[in-house]
Amino acid sequence: MNKPINNRAWFLVLPVLVLVAFSAVIPLMTVVNYSVQDTFGDNEFFWNGIYWFDDLLHSERMWNALGRQILFSAIVLLIEVPLGIFIALHMPKKGFWSSVCLVLMALPLLIPFNVVGTIWQIFGRVDIGLLGRALAGLGLDFNYTQDVIDAWVIIVVMDVWHWTSLIALLAYAGLRSIPDAYYQAAKIDQASRWAVFRYIELPKMRGVLVIAVLLRFMDSFMIYTEPFVVTGGGPGNATTFLSIDLVKMALGQFDLGPAAAFSIMYFLIILLVSWAFYTVMTNLDREEGPQ
Amino acid sequence: MAQITLQNLAHSYLPNPKGEDDYALKQLDHDWTDGEAYALLGGSGCGKTTLLNIISGLIRPSRGRILFDGRDVTDAPTAQRNIAQVFQFPVVYDTLTVRDNLAFPLRNRGLPAAQVAQRVQAVARMLGLEEMLPRRARGLTADAKQKISLGRGMVRQDVNAILFDEPLTVIDPHMKWELRTQLKALHREFGHTMIYVTHDQTEALTFASRVVVMHEGRVVQIGTPQELFERPAHTFVGYFIGSPGMNLLPARVEGDRAHIDESGTIALGRGYGGLGGRIEIGVRPEFARLSAHEGLPVVIRRIEDVGRHRIVRADLGGRPINIVASEDEPIGPDMTRVVFDPAHVGVYADGWRVEGSPR
Repeated sequence: MNKPINNRAWFLVLPVLVLVAFSAVIPLMTVVNYSVQDTFGDNEFFWNGIYWFDDLLHSERMWNALGRQILFSAIVLLIEVPLGIFIALHMPKKGFWSSVCLVLMALPLLIPFNVVGTIWQIFGRVDIGLLGRALAGLGLDFNYTQDVIDAWVIIVVMDVWHWTSLIALLAYAGLRSIPDAYYQAAKIDQASRWAVFRYIELPKMRGVLVIAVLLRFMDSFMIYTEPFVVTGGGPGNATTFLSIDLVKMALGQFDLGPAAAFSIMYFLIILLVSWAFYTVMTNLDREEGPQ
Repeated sequence: MAQITLQNLAHSYLPNPKGEDDYALKQLDHDWTDGEAYALLGGSGCGKTTLLNIISGLIRPSRGRILFDGRDVTDAPTAQRNIAQVFQFPVVYDTLTVRDNLAFPLRNRGLPAAQVAQRVQAVARMLGLEEMLPRRARGLTADAKQKISLGRGMVRQDVNAILFDEPLTVIDPHMKWELRTQLKALHREFGHTMIYVTHDQTEALTFASRVVVMHEGRVVQIGTPQELFERPAHTFVGYFIGSPGMNLLPARVEGDRAHIDESGTIALGRGYGGLGGRIEIGVRPEFARLSAHEGLPVVIRRIEDVGRHRIVRADLGGRPINIVASEDEPIGPDMTRVVFDPAHVGVYADGWRVEGSPR
């Protein structure tokens, strides 16, 4: 065979390189650029080394925001994943009602983030909100603008309302791909409902659940709009998550250097956790294969 | 183990079946003798799997009753029937080891651990799975997985019957043969009632001592492989079993003679009187031979040599007809006639065999 060799073919990659440069590399590099410089205004910058990073690592404010962020993601995942699986297991398997369920489940996913925030902001208000008034009517002292626990509750409930559907829909898709023969064999083997879930449904759903957990982790870790609209990060700093803190720093105080260092660290955490999670899950997969 | 009795059984997948056509499984009465190996043979969509799932309790029949040793189990769930079933596609619990897979049905029944271990070991030895026991079931070959499914059925000593739903479909040809032999050996050794669903006549005829042939939701014949071959009760059995299948020719039957359109008249082994409906005669290619002098005129189209014998494809009065000729029998250019063995010519009215009276 005579294969033509022509290195000019590499030029075909050029459009992609240009696109990626403008969409990712250049914006990222400007952030890196800011993170190693300082300014006294007048658009004059000077070299500052890794001072901002060092500063950041000793900043109590950053560590607090990170702690809140991790707590929020953990709570949200612990509620949404089991709940989503539970809902998927109880959805109708076929026919008219399964379509109705699917559409209803998908609705929260289609609502813009700031609208979700606004809905819950008003819904939870003690003066005019349905939820706030109802709780007050029941004699419960619920006020998310003043009470830290109440603020967390409303933000977690809002996120669960908004995103559990995603897990449920993915889990549902995983469940639907299980052939009937598995359930029939389980009946013949007299497997209990729990055994069917543990040995048939869960293993078959694992692929989609890895994706679901990964998506929900990344999204919840980057959450900004909804808590910003509902609580604005308060009361105090109780719901000031990483992204809210970042915006305060970058646009509120216009501390470009620290904010840039913050962004890079933020990005690296998400990258690291997602990579670690994915690697662990795929390695587990391999261990379960032929030995 | 139990004798399984089907009484007035019929099933329709429609909620309100109206006519006969709405039934996927038409009315059926049958006793499955304890310890016998049966094959359920028929084309796709003939109701084989429906019948199997009714016996195992995965489907509740629209009409009729199922008895195990005289006890009515029509409404009993699968778990209470103590049936083992092996499906077309191997079902294994991926995350469990082969050992845990085999132990699964026993543990679900709460057997003591020592007994479970002993049974699992015994079944693994029977099926040649011993070396795989500590491995995870995921990633095994299809035939190993199918052996595990089979093992999960065999591991329970008290099963009433083992049902197979086309279990060898996804198995490689050479493994098919081995597994089938193994099944026969297991049947001989333990004497479980086995019902084996297949659309492959070779599988059915080699596995079973009795074959149940189904066609369009109806059982058309139950018999030994030899009976099915020699005296098909329905034209469907005639052409579905045998390779090639039975020759069918429209005919007019008078007494012990059959007139076949313009081709001529042949002798029958028995006498028939007063036949109604659409009459055909059926004769297997094995009971037809070519001749130079006697019989009906044919035009030979093609001769296929399949090794053990030759198949002559010919035309008789415009209809295709197959004749089996032995390897050493010379076929000359003058052999343009076909002779049927009168003892093996059957007469069929509207598809069903008519028993004549001896001459």
